[in-house]
Amino acid sequence: MNQKQSKKTEKIIFESEKDVPLMPMSLGSMRFNKTGAWRNIRPEINLAECIQCGICWKFCPDVAIAIKNEFPAVNYDYCKGCGICSEECPTKCIAMVEERK
Amino acid sequence: MKKVIMGNHALSWGAQLSRAQVIAAYPITPQTQVVELLSEMCASGELKAKFIKVESEHSAMAACIAASLAGARTFTATSAQGLTLMHELLHWASGGRLPVVMGNINRAMAPGWSIWTDQNDSLSQRDTGWIQFYCASNQEVLDTVIQAFRVSEALLIPSMVILDAFALSHTYEVVDIPDQDKVDSYLPAFNPPVRLTPADPHAFGGLTSPEHYFELRYKLQKDMEKVPQLIEETGREYERLFGRYLGQVEDYRCDDAELIFVSSGTAGYTARVAVDELREAGIKAGNLRVKVFRPFPFDKVRQILGRAKKVAVVDRNISYGHHGIFYQEVKSALYGRANGATVLGFVTGLGGRDMTPEAFKEIAEVALARDRAEEDILWIGVKR
Repeated sequence: MNQKQSKKTEKIIFESEKDVPLMPMSLGSMRFNKTGAWRNIRPEINLAECIQCGICWKFCPDVAIAIKNEFPAVNYDYCKGCGICSEECPTKCIAMVEERK
Repeated sequence: MKKVIMGNHALSWGAQLSRAQVIAAYPITPQTQVVELLSEMCASGELKAKFIKVESEHSAMAACIAASLAGARTFTATSAQGLTLMHELLHWASGGRLPVVMGNINRAMAPGWSIWTDQNDSLSQRDTGWIQFYCASNQEVLDTVIQAFRVSEALLIPSMVILDAFALSHTYEVVDIPDQDKVDSYLPAFNPPVRLTPADPHAFGGLTSPEHYFELRYKLQKDMEKVPQLIEETGREYERLFGRYLGQVEDYRCDDAELIFVSSGTAGYTARVAVDELREAGIKAGNLRVKVFRPFPFDKVRQILGRAKKVAVVDRNISYGHHGIFYQEVKSALYGRANGATVLGFVTGLGGRDMTPEAFKEIAEVALARDRAEEDILWIGVKR
């Protein structure tokens, strides 16, 4: 495949239609399209009150919460700030804080 | 083995002989028996397929798309309101290059609520990137399902196999059911180049920037352009195995014809009766039945109509504000050709009004009396 990748954006650019897959498949758009930039409010987790139930991890519709060292960790590159994790958290330890840009 | 079966069951038999692996469908008149027989075939084990019951046609096509992406040979069937409810998903199937095969029973669109035949449901899906076959007999329906899987899977473009409501869907005819072994040799197992599998994870159908979308569409069209030749090749191969040629068009007594009807579906057989009767009356008539509408068989149409002085395109459909839809296609096929015939456009038979040999003879009479194409639609059989 004649595939040019810029390190800065990691954007995949095919130089010829012959290299483009037949179907829209693994074009890598999420690697450079950091949807976290859409966010107006951000979830901040108070780990001191977290009971490690994993509900926020399970409910995140963007798979933007990972479990790291048994605690949830938000990936701010992709979290759009929908607030579902905060709403569902049984101990209410996830605050939605206004973004300062 | 010969059996007397209805057109709808010819679709079911075609899917069984093709060894469809996933069937997802929602019942709608006049398609219901297609799904009924397939569900019985699945229940009895004659057909080793997963039958998925769904709550709408939109979901039926969604299930077919997912199953096809996972590498399963996939079949569904619908009609009219059901087909149009699928519209969005039709683009997903073709754009995703998933060779789903679907039966569609041509039924007029509501309102007024109708269950009778015309072609506006499937022709409204003209630009969705599906191959469209219009059949004229139950035998042709069964054979075409098998050929459609072969062509679709080779080029990764979905196909619709289309038949008229009641005039074919509920009409019983003698159908030769091919031997399974021979069908297996004609149609090998579906083996897509990529599929949805945990062993090789990919994101499918994701955001595609202006950097690549255009190329995806270019490639779909380039493969669509390969369909006519593949239909010819696989149609000849089918003839060698089963004795029946499956082509893009059927020309009947066109060689010396001065007036050629262009027709489709069961009306394409009715036209042959009219041709015989007109010839007995001394009029050199012929009939070109267009079987494949997408991709439009430009070469065949040009080759056959190039001989005629007059062409009467008979449409059981209408594009409001323009004309009959086959008429538009035929005109575009003949545009700019030397010795161009006078091409006239007739609209008749909407909403299941009968298309009889008498109607074709009336069309011939009108056509023979005119020397140039009209902007207006020539209506046959409307009460006015």
